[in-house]
Amino acid sequence: MTLPWILLFLPLAVAVLNQLVLKKTGLAPIISTASAVATFVIALMILGQSGTAAFKWATIGDFSIEIGFKLDQLSTGMMIVVTGVGMLVHIFSLAYMKDDSAKARYFTGLSLFMFSMTGIVLANNFIMTFMFWELVGLSSYLLIGHWYQKDSAADAAKKAFLCNRVGDFGFMIGILMLWGITGHLAFDEMKGGLEAFQAANPAIFSGVLSAAVLCIFCGAIGKSAQLPLHVWLPDAMEGPTPVSALIHAATMVAAGVYMLFRLQFTLGFEHFEGLPASTVIAWTGGITALVAALMATQQDDIKRVLAYSTLSQLGYMVMAVGLVHGEAGMFHLFTHAWFKALLFLGSGAVIYACHHEQDIWKMGGLFKKMPITGFTFLIGFLALIAVPGTSGFFSKEQILEAAHEKEPILFWIAVIVAILTPFYMTRLFVVAFLGKTKSENADHAHEVGPLMFVPLVLLAVLGLVAGYPFIASKYAPAYHSHSFQLGPITYISIAAVIIGLIAGFVLYSGKEKDPLNIPLFRNRFYVDGFYDNFIVRYFQDAFAAIVSFFDELIINGLIVNGLSRAAESTGNQFRKIQSGSLQGYAFVFGIGVVLVIYFTVFHS
Amino acid sequence: MATLNDYLLVSGLLFGIGLAGVVLRRNIIIVFMCLELMLSAANLTLVAFSRFNTAPNGLPDYNGQMLVFFVITVAAAEVAVGLAIIVALYRARQTIHTDELTSLKG
Repeated sequence: MTLPWILLFLPLAVAVLNQLVLKKTGLAPIISTASAVATFVIALMILGQSGTAAFKWATIGDFSIEIGFKLDQLSTGMMIVVTGVGMLVHIFSLAYMKDDSAKARYFTGLSLFMFSMTGIVLANNFIMTFMFWELVGLSSYLLIGHWYQKDSAADAAKKAFLCNRVGDFGFMIGILMLWGITGHLAFDEMKGGLEAFQAANPAIFSGVLSAAVLCIFCGAIGKSAQLPLHVWLPDAMEGPTPVSALIHAATMVAAGVYMLFRLQFTLGFEHFEGLPASTVIAWTGGITALVAALMATQQDDIKRVLAYSTLSQLGYMVMAVGLVHGEAGMFHLFTHAWFKALLFLGSGAVIYACHHEQDIWKMGGLFKKMPITGFTFLIGFLALIAVPGTSGFFSKEQILEAAHEKEPILFWIAVIVAILTPFYMTRLFVVAFLGKTKSENADHAHEVGPLMFVPLVLLAVLGLVAGYPFIASKYAPAYHSHSFQLGPITYISIAAVIIGLIAGFVLYSGKEKDPLNIPLFRNRFYVDGFYDNFIVRYFQDAFAAIVSFFDELIINGLIVNGLSRAAESTGNQFRKIQSGSLQGYAFVFGIGVVLVIYFTVFHS
Repeated sequence: MATLNDYLLVSGLLFGIGLAGVVLRRNIIIVFMCLELMLSAANLTLVAFSRFNTAPNGLPDYNGQMLVFFVITVAAAEVAVGLAIIVALYRARQTIHTDELTSLKG
């Protein structure tokens, strides 16, 4: 059982080596990429195994914190996603970051991220999950702020970190509550503890469990960017595009969904049926899916459209988890990881080819200039809008079925999202890839090199086939194998795709500028504005004033300056003794000698 | 015949006068001379002890007197250096009055 340990610690070793030794040599990208390939191979080798191992990391009295791993289909399947996307993103980054002056820092960040994400996935207890959860937040911060010279990137990194902190605070409380309820932190022992608690306190059981689950859900709200903490994810697009593909589309943002599913899986799904917290989770997911999809329809930045689309798809997954059909959510996570990474890397290739132009209204006609990128992007696009035969179709189908079975209103919300998704994606594709070129940068675009298009092609293949049962049942973290059958839901879903496609195509084909202008969607429902004008002004600024008062008056005035003033005045007293008068010194010296003689000779 | 105590008394007086001169006088040459007076007082003590500390064979203990020769020699050298310093001081400051030599004041 050494393989999982290697899987966990190899990226950390590489990150340390890169940062401390190889920073100047230019070897860092190669070492990082090699380690990503190695972890993928290991992930394939341990796929489907089960087992658990741990060592004590810190012990305080009877209580000890463990670092360990727990292998099962869920964690090993998730590792395939993490290391698979991670490996392709590393390879893509080799080309994308070729001219960056801080390549070593970038690849160190990627390796650190791989370490943290592996830790979350393999963790065998909640404290370890939480620690790596924070590490993921840190590496995300470092990578969003990679181009920290740009104010917008530095601000976005800060925003992401702070939003995550808000959620993580709830997460920590939730973990502690759960620990209080079950008496255990290791996943394997929690279920027994929970059932003992249920037997002892049947009356308050569901209320207490709900509170704990909601607190833990706060962590998922932050990490998976659900309403109302979704604001950081679109801003996180300031980071390098491969980072967006790896962290902000495929893996880190999925960690919230993974963690919620792991929680349900650990405690037993039966406890979550009809739990008030589950309803809250489902509705949060559903509303996020809808609102994010509406916002996506009016964005002009290619990466922002994809970011809102990610939010919307994450909303789907969270909704599925809330409906206690987590396996549908995990299946969607699995398929979504491939095609969303593909779309992001595709947009990265486009941005790279267009000399860092990100406005879709300044692109156009790229399909002819970049056939491979365009074609793979098309596949990702088809998978995202769930065209039958692509992987996205299978997973979205399961989510719609789950919603239909449990909650009709959420089902119709999901259908509206399923119409909006093809609409905004068609808008993106038609404007950026078809039609005439709309700017000089786009005119000069040409196909990217093989280091970039090979990952795209591989992801495109996965995006097409990952949903088929023969692959999904083996590789997906959780897969509910049931015979696929045509039914009303299938027809509704196909109809939704067609409506969205046609609407998008008719509205945007051949247009030079956006025919629609809906300020509410364009300004993201004014949520960011509300945060800036209300939360920031009244809470942050008031708090800042208090902190500043404390800092200026107490710390600076009383402690720092006070100490220096005390030292100075004491010194002033003493300097009076230093008269500079030779004979004064001699006199004092004489008295001293007399005193010494007196005390030694006469005063024994 | 004078006793050891008489010698020690004179020596103590000399030392006291020397110390008083060092502390009270303002002319640095006088201060210097008083310093020499204190050395002489110490020498007198040494010689007195030497004289009154007779060995069993009736001869005085000459160790003290040997020490006095060393002290006189070193004092002569010290005077040479000291006077040279005073001359240099006078050239630099145009004064040998200690009240005006207070540049070490903190």
